Parts: sequence; structure tokens; C-alpha cells
Amino acid sequence: MAPRAAARLELLGFTDVMHYPGGKLDWIAAGLPSEGDNAGHPRAGTVALTDVPVCAIDDRVGDVSKRLGVAVVVDRDGVVLGLLREKELAGDPAARVEDVMLLGPSTFRPYVPIKEIARYMTEHELESSPITTSDGKLVGVLFRADAMRAE
Amino acid sequence: MAAPIDRDRLREMLTRGAQLVEVLPAEEYREDHLPGAISIPLTELDRNRVAVLDSSRPVIVYCWDSA
Repeated sequence: MAPRAAARLELLGFTDVMHYPGGKLDWIAAGLPSEGDNAGHPRAGTVALTDVPVCAIDDRVGDVSKRLGVAVVVDRDGVVLGLLREKELAGDPAARVEDVMLLGPSTFRPYVPIKEIARYMTEHELESSPITTSDGKLVGVLFRADAMRAE
Repeated sequence: MAAPIDRDRLREMLTRGAQLVEVLPAEEYREDHLPGAISIPLTELDRNRVAVLDSSRPVIVYCWDSA
């Protein structure tokens, strides 16, 4: 959208036009201050736990850490493929992760205000949700209990 | 063609008087915007709306990300 706006401005006679591809996402993710109704409210990226167990599709369930009761299945680039919740982690230790993982878990972007997510997680009975960048890479996991506390 | 700039360059440009414009819908601007940015949604980017800008100074536009 920004490159199109920049092109439009140039057509309107502006000669020194730049665009910031990182946009609000990059700015907020860097922890810089913003203005507006959401300013000062906690967001998904700051409340999420970033040190979370991850595993690959080829792993065996028995080899995945159960320390948080959730593990995120990622590819080699860190893109989220699925989720292992308590019930999957408690299943057959010999099962391949790919065969038991929850496909397409609900994810949120780091900039989304916690109050919006807390409501969604409660309505959909989600105990945890991966937080991902716009290209699907894992940032961390947000737990509903933490979201409710931070709201 | 307009040049892309990174966050550091953006901050430097702002200290030198560049004008910052968010081109997302006004509702998204109300929720969050960069400090000092003004709102001109892409769908409203016409001669009247840009009259608030100084064409002799740099203008930097942004949205959520590179999309």
C-alpha cells in the first residue's frame, strides 16, 4: 500500500518521497512508542513467552519437551506448521509429531492489543496461541492466563 | 521512484523535518500510528488531502508492513 501511495504522491507533484516498508509492524515490534487509542496498552508480542519448546514434524512426541504443556511445530525457517497441546503431548510417545499435531492453530501478530486476544481466547477456549510475524514465523506463545492478567 | 527506507533512516529523516503520512484507513490510524504521523488513507489521496503537506520537504509514507 505504501509504495502505491508514494507513487501517487509523486504524481501529485511531490519530488522527495520515501516509503517505510517496515511500517507500523516494524516500529511497534522494536518497542518504539506509538500514538492512538492502543498506545500504552500491552500487546501480544510483549506478553508472549518467547522461550518456548519447538519441534519438527519428524520428531517423536516422546522427545518433545512437556515443560509448558504446549510445543510449537515449526519448519527449518521457524514458520509455524502446527501445535502440540497437553492432550497431544500426553499421547503415544512413539507417534510422529506430524501425525498428531493440531493443524493451522489460531495465531496472532505481535502488535495486536492483549485485550482483543484475551477476549478471543476466552470465547474460543484457547489455552495458548502462537504469536507469529506476517510471514508466519514464530515469535512466542501467548498463554490465556497471561493475557487475562495483562489485559 | 520512491526509495524504501529502514527504521533508523526514518528516525533520522524525522529529526530533519520529514513529514510522515500513514495511508491506512482512518480507523487503523486512530488505534495506532507513529508519533507525529498524519492520516491520509490511500483511498483519499487526492489534491485536496495532500494540501496539508509541504511539497518542498521530504514525505515518508507507511502502512502496516511492506504489503
